[in-house]
Amino acid sequence: MIETQDLTRRYGDTVVVDGVSLRLPARSFVSIIGANGAGKSSLLSMVSRLLPASAGRAFVDGLDVAATPGDVLARRLGILRQENGIAARVTIRDLVAFGRYPHAKGRLTAADRAHVADALAFLDLEPLADRFLDEVSGGQRQRAHIAMVLAQDTDCILLDEPLNNLDMRHAAGMMGLLRRAVDERGRTIVAVLHDINFASCYSDRIVAMRDGKVVAVGPPEEIVTEAVLREVYGIEVEVVLVRGYRTVFFYR
Amino acid sequence: MRRPSARGAGYALLALLALSALAAASLLVGVGDLRDAEILAVSRVPRTLALILAGAGMAVAGVIMQLVAQNRFVEPSTAGTADSATLGMLLVTLLAPDAPVVVKMLAAAATALAGTALFLRVLRAMPLRERLTVPLVGIMLGGVVGAASTFIAYRTDMLQFLGTWQAGDVSTVLRGRYELLWLSAVLTFLAYAMADRITIAGLGRDASVNLGLDYRRVVALAIALVASITAVTIATAGTIPFVGLVVPNLVSLVAGDTLRRSLPLVAGAGAGLLLLCDVLGRLIRYPFEIPVGTVMGVVGGGLFLVLLLRRDAGRA
Repeated sequence: MIETQDLTRRYGDTVVVDGVSLRLPARSFVSIIGANGAGKSSLLSMVSRLLPASAGRAFVDGLDVAATPGDVLARRLGILRQENGIAARVTIRDLVAFGRYPHAKGRLTAADRAHVADALAFLDLEPLADRFLDEVSGGQRQRAHIAMVLAQDTDCILLDEPLNNLDMRHAAGMMGLLRRAVDERGRTIVAVLHDINFASCYSDRIVAMRDGKVVAVGPPEEIVTEAVLREVYGIEVEVVLVRGYRTVFFYR
Repeated sequence: MRRPSARGAGYALLALLALSALAAASLLVGVGDLRDAEILAVSRVPRTLALILAGAGMAVAGVIMQLVAQNRFVEPSTAGTADSATLGMLLVTLLAPDAPVVVKMLAAAATALAGTALFLRVLRAMPLRERLTVPLVGIMLGGVVGAASTFIAYRTDMLQFLGTWQAGDVSTVLRGRYELLWLSAVLTFLAYAMADRITIAGLGRDASVNLGLDYRRVVALAIALVASITAVTIATAGTIPFVGLVVPNLVSLVAGDTLRRSLPLVAGAGAGLLLLCDVLGRLIRYPFEIPVGTVMGVVGGGLFLVLLLRRDAGRA
């Protein structure tokens, strides 16, 4: 379970996250939506201890992220931010194996290897496992990073724009996999998403942010409405039901 | 890990063979008569060992630097490390001329660490970290530090000393005057003990934090290793350019950057390349010698150019 209490981040006089208090239940898929600059990534970064909070606290499974040793938290919480491109040239298998580092500290046991093999299989990466990261496509690299976080075997996983650089097929595939990780493996996944329709079709709960504040939290039925989206994004949209899913038309 | 480790073992065997051949060549090549066992024991063996230790150390320092800075074009001589170490040697020689060489080396390690930390600090402050501007910043930083050294040395009549640290040369290595370099081997083993952590640091700060590493501590330890290896090398053999640049890039191409696997290859290839350059330097104008740093500059510069063009052609 993830909880925040009055979580705030300031840069000088600018407040990018403004007193956010949330309780996100375990074993669910939570999407964070909002316009650019709404504070989504900053919120996620503070929960994942990549960014210190200016005020307030964040808890993962009851552990205060600012006070818990990094290696303890690394066994509870997996995080993945937008890929920054330049990185060490390692094979996909090695990258995924590094996901076991919080548990194995470099000495992989048979159980660790099983986790690695399982994560590779789950993301369909076995044929590519011995390729270097810079020899595969952006989508495959993205999947490799997700596999690493899954191999880490943490209850909670935070993802910042996991669909970046993915085409329609791979984006849908990725969301399906994440959904399965929640349903079949009981993970808690919190993802910043820009595609409102993916958020609507796959989430248990959506957190809508604007100007650093949480505007609304709830299941897609409550959030994906013309009124809420007008408030969040400041544009007029049309919500239509497609196969029972609330779908947003906003293209013209 | 099946295929790369099998491949790695193959390369390791090949590297070991090549290394042995080069070491043998280094023992055999020279003006003196080999029937004189004294020459082997006093000059050739120490010189060969010095080359192996310095080459391996500088290559290992290079790959650590590249992973920590997340840039393929940095190494101690393009990150301000080497020039800062030289400044330290100069200052301690001025202030305490009679200090034992270990003390001088420690001073050099301290200034090298400060210079490298400054380089990384400047890097983090840079809004746009383009691939090629990173080493340029390091070279400029090194230039400023080097200019300070030259000024001080000029005013204190120490230019000749400065030259011995700035130019890599092992022709004066004799028994009793290279043993400090074994420290570099110790440091290389320490780096190996940190292999996983350094590789993870090479994946970036976010990945390191995610995996529970104290990123700042790992980076600090890693640059302390780089600074110490550089200081030891400069104190005994002078600045040896390009080994730390070329070798890690070549090894990365064939075996990747997972240091637990690639570090022995990096060390072996670094030793081999330096041996090759020194043997060449002894043969080109036989019976005279060209300093190994000079040969390395030419060979390494050429290799680096090839690598640069290849990398640019190979990937976006």
